[in-house]
Amino acid sequence: MSHELFVAAAYGISALGILGLVAWNLIDQRARKAELADLEARGLRRRSDRADTGNR
Amino acid sequence: MSQTIPAIGRWSDLANPTRFVGFANAVVPWLAAITAAVLALGIWMAFAAPEDYQQGITVRIMYIHVPFAWLAMMCYSIMSMSAIGTLVWRHPLADVALKAAAPIGAMFTVLCLITGSIWGKPMWGTWWVWDARLTSVFILFLMYLGLIALTRALDDPGRSARAAAIVTLVGFINIPIIKFSVDWWNTLHQPASVIRLDGPTIHPTMLWPLLICALGFSLLFFTLHLMAIRTEIWRRRVTAMRRISARRADAGVA
Repeated sequence: MSHELFVAAAYGISALGILGLVAWNLIDQRARKAELADLEARGLRRRSDRADTGNR
Repeated sequence: MSQTIPAIGRWSDLANPTRFVGFANAVVPWLAAITAAVLALGIWMAFAAPEDYQQGITVRIMYIHVPFAWLAMMCYSIMSMSAIGTLVWRHPLADVALKAAAPIGAMFTVLCLITGSIWGKPMWGTWWVWDARLTSVFILFLMYLGLIALTRALDDPGRSARAAAIVTLVGFINIPIIKFSVDWWNTLHQPASVIRLDGPTIHPTMLWPLLICALGFSLLFFTLHLMAIRTEIWRRRVTAMRRISARRADAGVA
């Protein structure tokens, strides 16, 4: 095997791993946001919501 | 003295989850853009740098392997500081920070092991040896996995926070062992060539790309960590709101 293949494999696997981590973070974030929006749409508020202004 | 009081005030403001979410909302898009730019520059510099006279083209693996290793240790150090925050000040955001960092640290650690292994095959003639450096980093990876499981094992995050904080602090002993393993034992892994008392021994044409890559991956860590903390705050809010809702429903039935 030529050494280029080793370099390509190292960069390829790292790119996959990091893109996977970023994607997982974004998916998790979107799902939690949707859950919060759903709960708020059903009229649920947190006890501390009186102090909140916009920064959900 | 009068100047330190507002600064402390701002830090304690951030300790409020709602203010932290506001801070993350404002900072994350900018941080993500800067991360992408610095990483692109770093990777470009890594491929523009000269080949090593001994390692040839495989030296390019070093530009990602070394930052992964540094970040694997930095992430664990940040988790250890968070653990102190949980145990000493009992601040809920400290636990959130610890839990949010664990999967990021695990990913950097496993990528460090994989890229090191891929470099080792052509340069050492083996994918893996059980020398002190490789073994101690492998143990770090196992500790990350254990902490990921522990921080997600119980329904009540308050109860797992204390256990996770204690385990994290006990495991911190591994960090200096990783750093100094190459000095204390006879390892196949080479000794430090950047962070050493007599200064770096790498030529500047290779040191600069390495430092820019390290900066880029550090920025990536902070971006992902801020995002993960914000998501974890939201997750706990959803749990709390569902609990209130269930309680109300119970009261309504009764």
